[in-house]
Amino acid sequence: MAFAALFLRDLRLVWRRPGDVAVVLAFFVVATVLFPLGIGPESNLLARIAAGVLWAAALFASLLSLDRLFAADHEDGALDLMLLAPWPLELAVLAKCAAHWMVTGLPLAVLAPLLGVAFGLDAESLAALALTLLVGTPALSLIGGLAAALTLGARRSGALLALLALPLCVPTLIFGASAIEVTATGESVWVHVAILGALALVSLATLPWAIAAALRQAGE
Amino acid sequence: MFGLYLPRTWSPQSHVQPLRRRSAVLSLSPDRTAIFFSGWSNAAMVRRRRMTSAVLEVSDLACRRGGRQVFDNLSFSLAEGELLALKGRNGSGKTTLLRALALLVPATVGAIRWRGADVGDDREGWRRRLAWLGHQDGLKGDLTVAENVAVAERLRGRNPRQAHVHGALAAFDLAALADRAVRTLSAGQRRRAALARVVASEAGLWLLDEPLNALDLPAQEALHDALARHLAAGGLAIAATHATLDIAGARTLELGR
Repeated sequence: MAFAALFLRDLRLVWRRPGDVAVVLAFFVVATVLFPLGIGPESNLLARIAAGVLWAAALFASLLSLDRLFAADHEDGALDLMLLAPWPLELAVLAKCAAHWMVTGLPLAVLAPLLGVAFGLDAESLAALALTLLVGTPALSLIGGLAAALTLGARRSGALLALLALPLCVPTLIFGASAIEVTATGESVWVHVAILGALALVSLATLPWAIAAALRQAGE
Repeated sequence: MFGLYLPRTWSPQSHVQPLRRRSAVLSLSPDRTAIFFSGWSNAAMVRRRRMTSAVLEVSDLACRRGGRQVFDNLSFSLAEGELLALKGRNGSGKTTLLRALALLVPATVGAIRWRGADVGDDREGWRRRLAWLGHQDGLKGDLTVAENVAVAERLRGRNPRQAHVHGALAAFDLAALADRAVRTLSAGQRRRAALARVVASEAGLWLLDEPLNALDLPAQEALHDALARHLAAGGLAIAATHATLDIAGARTLELGR
């Protein structure tokens, strides 16, 4: 019940202030659309770089909203209430990361295929793009959550967060982008999806504890 | 009244003084052969009751923060219905003590016991007994006052009834503001909403950091009433404050001396 309460609270907060999510999605759209505009109508080149560009833009967009994941709770004192709640802090972390994924990862996975059209991706690649983002973005929310917790209260926390999170997101980025590329050669996308799923599960199994430890440290 | 008969060689100078320190009401027979005990003085009875029914016991607590010893050798106990006001200058460690009691800050040494059991052995059980009011109100600006109180209750694992939430809000004259977003409230109104959250928790021990901050006189009276009801129901409270809490029998612990 407490998990659901925190998850729904964060969703309700986003619902009351939709601008925060709109900025993330707008950034994703603008960042990706700049490439076709800059490179020009070379469909072969655009299709070849589409996977990397869309995945990298999704990663940056996801990070954009992460610096407020715990900072808002830290500033208004709600983090103390989370730390003092009579249930594991790891579950609270999971609830917050799940809510973050719901309002960033999921919309990005839905939006990405629409933008993929601008890069001239075929239907199979568009489906692979949506699928890999759906499976891979939970890992981004968790890795970003760890960086957000570690940089809590630090000056220039946004830049620090990106520096910490981006290297850790590289494996997810590589397997996410390569999954779309292999569809062009006729190979199965499921191997890459399985690896992305494994990365997400490893993040799920380990990072909530690390994030909770960082939050306890920040609460002292 | 009962008497203790003493041998002829007994000397009152060597024995009566230690007994008097315990504040017992003692009388000596005219021939100095017996000492009569007719009860404990009022102060001693209160002390004895506290000693025997201490719920919260803090012993030899010490805390270091940022390489500085904030306090050490801190010991006190609280019985049901007692309020401890933490006093001291800025930086004397009032907030640190509250955070150490809530286990948000690790104590260097010392023990915190609740009904004889170390609170560190059952952290979740200990947190269930606490209601916390920090420097910040802990309220989300985009939620309404009632939603904030209800969510806080759910985070404590309770499913609050609407009447329960509104009862807590009414205690701080917030019924009319229940559906207002917290970000539209004044600092004093937000503090009242945070105090309503504490009242709604029905926790046994209230830890309050400057609870009177930003409160006007009627709100201060409402806090005193809420505290009095909490203490009368057997609750405990520890409040760090520079102001005086108008609660009968409140004890004071001066920090930083």
